[in-house]
Amino acid sequence: MSVFTKIADLFKRSDKVTRLKDAKAYEKQYAMGKLGARDRIQALLDPGSFHEYDLFVEHRCQDFNMDKKQLPGDGVVTGTGTIENHPVAIFAQDFTVAGGSLGLMHARKITKIMDHAVNLGIPLIGINDSGGARIQEGVDSLAGYGEIFYRNTRASGVIPQISVILGPCAGGAVYSPALTDFVFVVDKISKMFITGPEVIKTVLGEEISMEDLGGARVHTEISGNAHFFAKSEMECFTQIKKLTTFIPWNNRKRADSYPALLPDPAIRIDRIIPEQPTKPYDVRNVIGAVCDGSDFLEVHKLWAANIVVGFARLNGETVGIVANQPSVLAGVLDVDSSDKAARFVRFCDAFNIPLITFVDLPGYLPGIDQEHAGVIRHGAKLLYAYSEATVPKITVILRKAYGGGYIAMCSRHLGADFVFAWPTAEIAVMGPEGAANIIFKSEIAGSPDPNETRKRKVREYTEKFANPYVAAAAGHIDAVINPEDTREHLIHALRISTNKQETVMPKKHGVPPF
Amino acid sequence: MDDTPTPPVPSTLEVDDTVFETSHTGKFARRTRYVPPDPRKVLSFITGLVREVRVKPGQRVRRGDHLLVLEAMKMENDISSPADGTIKAVLAVPGKMVTKGQVLIEFE
Repeated sequence: MSVFTKIADLFKRSDKVTRLKDAKAYEKQYAMGKLGARDRIQALLDPGSFHEYDLFVEHRCQDFNMDKKQLPGDGVVTGTGTIENHPVAIFAQDFTVAGGSLGLMHARKITKIMDHAVNLGIPLIGINDSGGARIQEGVDSLAGYGEIFYRNTRASGVIPQISVILGPCAGGAVYSPALTDFVFVVDKISKMFITGPEVIKTVLGEEISMEDLGGARVHTEISGNAHFFAKSEMECFTQIKKLTTFIPWNNRKRADSYPALLPDPAIRIDRIIPEQPTKPYDVRNVIGAVCDGSDFLEVHKLWAANIVVGFARLNGETVGIVANQPSVLAGVLDVDSSDKAARFVRFCDAFNIPLITFVDLPGYLPGIDQEHAGVIRHGAKLLYAYSEATVPKITVILRKAYGGGYIAMCSRHLGADFVFAWPTAEIAVMGPEGAANIIFKSEIAGSPDPNETRKRKVREYTEKFANPYVAAAAGHIDAVINPEDTREHLIHALRISTNKQETVMPKKHGVPPF
Repeated sequence: MDDTPTPPVPSTLEVDDTVFETSHTGKFARRTRYVPPDPRKVLSFITGLVREVRVKPGQRVRRGDHLLVLEAMKMENDISSPADGTIKAVLAVPGKMVTKGQVLIEFE
């Protein structure tokens, strides 16, 4: 065979894997608004940057006539490339090949690219679109899943891991995305659950559609399993590209710097907070008023909306922002919002992203369901995450900072490097109403006009304690600042924190209240 | 569907005697209200199939006596009496499905 024939043979062989499509399977795929595995990679990565590996891998199953079946690439495409010039390792399950089912070699391709990602220190992106385990391969496919989960866990905190659910991801398979840092879902396309509607119907007699059980909406709004919601695959890829620009390649690097941009001058920071402390406002306006280009990438936008978390830039550098949201549930901390913020804080700490916390909360959500759901244990996660974090931590108290909520929201006492307060801040053990009702209980009850006495006592308490100066006098906050100067104060604090070092007692790992 | 949250319903929330103007999340609005447990009722702890009922109305039982067998998740669960007492009504029917939280047996 001449060299040219051999090269032609290579093309023929590659074509057989990449071009010979199961036309019917593709038709179905497109009809659902889904792209093929390679199309997805092309759409997500920088043009021409994708390099595929393990193209000629074949399955080894001998049972159930499988030895006569050829599965191109064994149902998964793996390789490396770049997104906005950031290197990434990527795998995409191919639903058109045996339903994207996971067999031993399919899993080997995935674990190989995962090992590459960790060794090279580059983010891993996994596109999930699979019917589940390849039943014919039996326990081998279970082994495959286990080896993926093991690597997801070992890589956690070393490289950023992103999961994209573009099809079904059911049973044990959902635990790979669950172990990664960010999960992206697309409306009507993503389906995630441990047990599907059919099993639920048989065992429990309850009927529910796939969409209502584990659709994109459910996981972004109710369960919190997914972080980003998109209407189409293309919109989803745009979100991933944006996220990639905010995070570093690995835990030994910082996120890339970008040219600094000024915030939108139309947002008047001094006009955001209403005069009455019981009135709501959208805290995202405060974020927009301080960050570069007013550009904020919100994580978990639809879930536990009483806290807002996400990425932004200050003077060109990535920061992680956590903020109470007074327009939803008055911005209280509860089970879900504590989980959401704690997870985000730990991601930022693992990947050298400084934390900015905006505080305005009346405390924890009262309720039997909250207490029974373990708000103590879940709330403790946030305390743990903030206390554990050694990245620069800067806190701005906008308005209310009461009681346990004040402590939890990255107070000085949990290791904040800088705590600033606006003149509108009220830092106290609880709100004036509640405090007055307790402190002056007998005085109010014993007075001729209890209502009038209560009002007077609340007023007295408000004047004396509902301000930032009691805390400032004790040194719990570093400066009371003009809201208009917030951005300048934050940029300065970040700049001088660049070389922050903290000594942590040597340990294998902590035991957070998971 | 767009990526904005389900339109927030303007509402209020009381924390420490102060009523805050805010909106509620869907999850908060739909939360299940707490119902205090009634010690005179034995409830199904899981959805399943009643395999066998071992007691009759009027019968006196002691704490720990077997009341019925509830099959769920491929497991036959012996449901035993939570206390000493007299059976008032048996609502569980052998061979019938029960849902989680359904009353199986009532005490007097």
